[in-house]
Amino acid sequence: MINTVDTLPAFPWLSLMVFLPLSGALLCLLHTRSERDCRWLGLTVAVATFGIAIWLFLSQQPNASGWFCVEDIEWIGRFSIRYNLAMDGIALVMVLLTTFLQIVSMLLAWPVRRHVGLFFALLLILESGLLGIFLAQDLILFYLFWEVALIPMFFLIGIWGHNRRHEAALKFFLYTLAGSLFMLLAIIGLYVIHGDQTGHYSFLISDLARTELTLRQEYLLFGGFLAAFAIKSPLVPFHTWLPDALSEAPAVGSLDLTGLLIKTGVYGLIRIAFPLFPNATSECLPIFGTFALVALFHAGWCAYHQDDIKRLLAYSSISHLGLVVLGLAAWTFTAWQGSLLLMVSHGITTGALLAMVAMIRQRIATRNLQKLSGLWAQAPCLSALFLLFALASLGLPGLANFSGEILVLIGTFQTRPIWAIMGIAGVVFAAAYMLRLIQRVLWGEPTQAEVADLSPREWLILIPLAILTVWLGIYPATFLKPLETPVLLALGGLP
Amino acid sequence: MYDKLWLIPFFPLIGSIINGLLGKRFIKSEKAIGAIGTGAVFLSFLVTCRYFFQLLGDTEKVHQQVVASWMSVGKLQVDWGFLFDPLSALMLMVVCGVGSLIHLYSIGYMHGEEGFYRYFSYLNLFIFSMIMLVLGNNALVMFIGWEGVGLCSYLLIGYYFEKQSAGDAAKKAFVMNRVGDFGFLLGLFTIFWTLGSHGIWTVNFVDFSEHGHLLGVGSTVVTVATLCFFLGATGKSAQLPLYTWLPDAMEGPTPVSALIHAATMVTAGVYMIGRMNVLFAMSPTTMGVVAAVGAATAIFAASIGFAQNDIKRVLAYSTVSQLGFMFVAMGVGAFTAGIFHLMTHAFFKACLFLGSGSVIHAMHHALHHAHLDDDPQDMRNMGGLRKHMPVTWATFGISCLAIAGLPFFAGFFSKDEILWWAFASTRGSLVVWGIAAFAAGMTAFYMFRCLYMTFYGKQKTDPKAKDHVHESPWVITLPLVVLAGLATVGGFVGVPHAIDVVHIGNKLDAFLAPVFHHTQELYQIEAHGAASTEIMLMVFSVVVALIGIGIATTMYLKNPELPAKFTSTFSRLHRVVFNKWYVDEIYDAMFVNTTKQFGNFCWKFFDVKIVDGIVNGVGKVVNVLSAGLRHTQTGLFQNYALAMVLGTVVMVAIYILN
Repeated sequence: MINTVDTLPAFPWLSLMVFLPLSGALLCLLHTRSERDCRWLGLTVAVATFGIAIWLFLSQQPNASGWFCVEDIEWIGRFSIRYNLAMDGIALVMVLLTTFLQIVSMLLAWPVRRHVGLFFALLLILESGLLGIFLAQDLILFYLFWEVALIPMFFLIGIWGHNRRHEAALKFFLYTLAGSLFMLLAIIGLYVIHGDQTGHYSFLISDLARTELTLRQEYLLFGGFLAAFAIKSPLVPFHTWLPDALSEAPAVGSLDLTGLLIKTGVYGLIRIAFPLFPNATSECLPIFGTFALVALFHAGWCAYHQDDIKRLLAYSSISHLGLVVLGLAAWTFTAWQGSLLLMVSHGITTGALLAMVAMIRQRIATRNLQKLSGLWAQAPCLSALFLLFALASLGLPGLANFSGEILVLIGTFQTRPIWAIMGIAGVVFAAAYMLRLIQRVLWGEPTQAEVADLSPREWLILIPLAILTVWLGIYPATFLKPLETPVLLALGGLP
Repeated sequence: MYDKLWLIPFFPLIGSIINGLLGKRFIKSEKAIGAIGTGAVFLSFLVTCRYFFQLLGDTEKVHQQVVASWMSVGKLQVDWGFLFDPLSALMLMVVCGVGSLIHLYSIGYMHGEEGFYRYFSYLNLFIFSMIMLVLGNNALVMFIGWEGVGLCSYLLIGYYFEKQSAGDAAKKAFVMNRVGDFGFLLGLFTIFWTLGSHGIWTVNFVDFSEHGHLLGVGSTVVTVATLCFFLGATGKSAQLPLYTWLPDAMEGPTPVSALIHAATMVTAGVYMIGRMNVLFAMSPTTMGVVAAVGAATAIFAASIGFAQNDIKRVLAYSTVSQLGFMFVAMGVGAFTAGIFHLMTHAFFKACLFLGSGSVIHAMHHALHHAHLDDDPQDMRNMGGLRKHMPVTWATFGISCLAIAGLPFFAGFFSKDEILWWAFASTRGSLVVWGIAAFAAGMTAFYMFRCLYMTFYGKQKTDPKAKDHVHESPWVITLPLVVLAGLATVGGFVGVPHAIDVVHIGNKLDAFLAPVFHHTQELYQIEAHGAASTEIMLMVFSVVVALIGIGIATTMYLKNPELPAKFTSTFSRLHRVVFNKWYVDEIYDAMFVNTTKQFGNFCWKFFDVKIVDGIVNGVGKVVNVLSAGLRHTQTGLFQNYALAMVLGTVVMVAIYILN
């Protein structure tokens, strides 16, 4: 059934959520003279957006096919591009993560001194872009948001970054641009084929999924999407932009980059690449699994050798994302639930660690593990929280990452025991580099004379993150519940 | 009713949180922090006692309490649930009982330390984790405790975090434990999916016991799964090949060594096998491996104990060796004997460690007073301390008698029951018995060597510090006395039938019967033999122990010059043993360094050279190609916009062409 009838709910909450940050950004840009106002405006908008997300989570009930809200109207009729936003459980969880982490970002961006208005405007644009990616059901709309999310990040790295920011921004740009262009080609290709076949042109994912493709076509188009998503995730060997981008980006940029932006790659796989090309997907799963394992180990090993904490965390993220993709490739219900949960946990824990790196850097002016030492003696509260997040990140049971990891591994074991065995080994290895990080930063003789402990603003950033870290560890059901129906539906098409 | 079981882990958790969050800024007073920490564990002990005695009078012996759901994904249902049966009850009595005493001791021992609050917070967190490990009714809750105790061990080994060696030792312990955890998870997954394929979806221990037989007796899958679990046990309980972290763990404060690295955490592997006895009993292969590894560890670690001069290291290797005995017991199907030895070992080894702590404490203060930086843990600086520290000496001596297995101390009963089973059990073997009996003799030797070097002979402490060595305060000696008392009489709960002349009966065997007897009957595991044989064996092992003590007496008490002669005659052998058979060096060369080097290769070669090389190459090509455009357009954003425009053009073109 081809949907041409506009669907509009009583109130367009999704649009409000997506465009609230964007309008906030415009206000910030118009009002750059008062830095204080811009900060408060950014924070207020972020909190309001989070409020909408929470409200939707609490009030909306999903319909039979798992959608919480749908907004669907014609946008550019000539190309039959539709403005279609919809939210199911997976999108909901990602939206909650995004809006939550954006509040953290705003608070973390408080000390920024240069071009404050522009900075906060970019953060808000980024939020709109991310929310759009998670909600758009029309591929052109999706592509648009995909690019909208890219540009602010590029500026954030390029303007507020560290010494080698231009190089890192260029690398980030080249990689992502290359990927996006392939995706755009694939979108258009699919659009044309679908139009030829049915006589009805559409960019809607649900319509395009019904296109009948030869296996060759599927592979080609799948490859186009994959280029974009694999680079963004990032999967080995398309990963080297992340350590550079992360280490050069300002604190907030790196938090958004690892916490959110790289999740869009995996999300794209789940939401677009897999359902559109089921045959190619099922053929490619073993390859995905293999690459995921390579990423898990390779990045883990690399992480062990990094002296820059941010680079270490970048590799750690690549390694974790490897585990996420491993769970997806296993193609079981349990593993998928685990993968999605792990994406959220990883966003929280690694985001928290990156925030803390910024805090440490403000105090000691270095991120080099060789120069850091004995922080515990001077700032015990800061150190205790750093320890908590680092332990969560290495997968300590009872904290956030463990729930996701154990589900991925159990679920993978069902279909691919060998992968699971290697997966467990990779997770075990994560202890090595995280413990090295802990040991270098927290233990040992203090090297600096005086280090201040946490300020009230920093407490405000870290306490919610810490609560979530424990919450995800001991009661993940809150986040697993909404994922059930969409995951079942997503897996339905394949064995 | 067993509906308040959650109180047992609750108290230490709250204690840990209170001390951890408020200790530094708000409570401050050492007395208050110590009271909160010790009180929390003692309250748990009281609750445990209440349920323990209730269980004694109950006919129904297995009780579960589910507090909440943890994860529920498809077939996998995991609850926050507790299991209270004779096994966990006994283990909890040991954990909370010995735990309370060691908390009390710590108040004296850690007096004046900077991170006093942090210490008690960690120690309470440890007790909480250990309780979760013991009390969990399913493998994942056990795993929380399993990793939790590893974490606390890590934090407490690294307690003196300014010391590089402490940090390294802590890291080593954690990573080695993680290698073991690999096995634990793998075993769990195997059981979960295999039982699932028979329609039983569970991670619950009671269900494992009930439906374990579905896996098939002696089947490959049960062997593989139990071997995986056993790998987990070797990591946690410091058995070959994953034992090297335990001696290094002695970097932590001494009460920590007593609590975690002797009495409780390291016995978790033994407990885990006891908990899953049904599965282990189904695989004779695994049982054989367990017994063999246990016996090998017992003798190997004892041999290293011969040549160590650091009093805590001697005790550490002794612990590794004694844990080997427990695994021998588990491997030959003597589950009760294994748990029995776990309990008596907790008494006498905790007493030994705390005694050594008392000595180190005194030595440290004496040396500090005289402004010397001699090593307060080196037994070569001690000797003749008996006069200065009578209580410590007496309790240490009693524990040495107990660990050597002299009648009728606690170690005598438990060790002889293990040896008897190793000899007579249907799963036993003469070889295992022989090795274990020999290791028992070695134990007697090195423990008395330690006793003599510390408390007897001429005092070798620097003359300036000599007279400053004093007996420790009551908070330290009281736990010593209580534990020495238990090490003396604790064995009478398990008097073997053969020598039970006054008919007290084997109380422990009867108490644990609901957990183990079913398995033993089902798989025909029993020790059969005449009572006279059993008595003969007992006499034999006492003789072996006496020989060990005799040699130690000759070498270290009667002729103090003998050991030096001995080491110079066998200098090469001595060096190898002194350097712990170079196992650490071999591991470093084989695993640690190769892994590190490969990691370096991954990063420096693959990422930097290959991937970045290609990307930079592409970047250069783009630069060259776009050089022409530079005249009109500067910078990157324009490039980007151009690309967007190009894309749109392509799109429109395709549309028009269609």
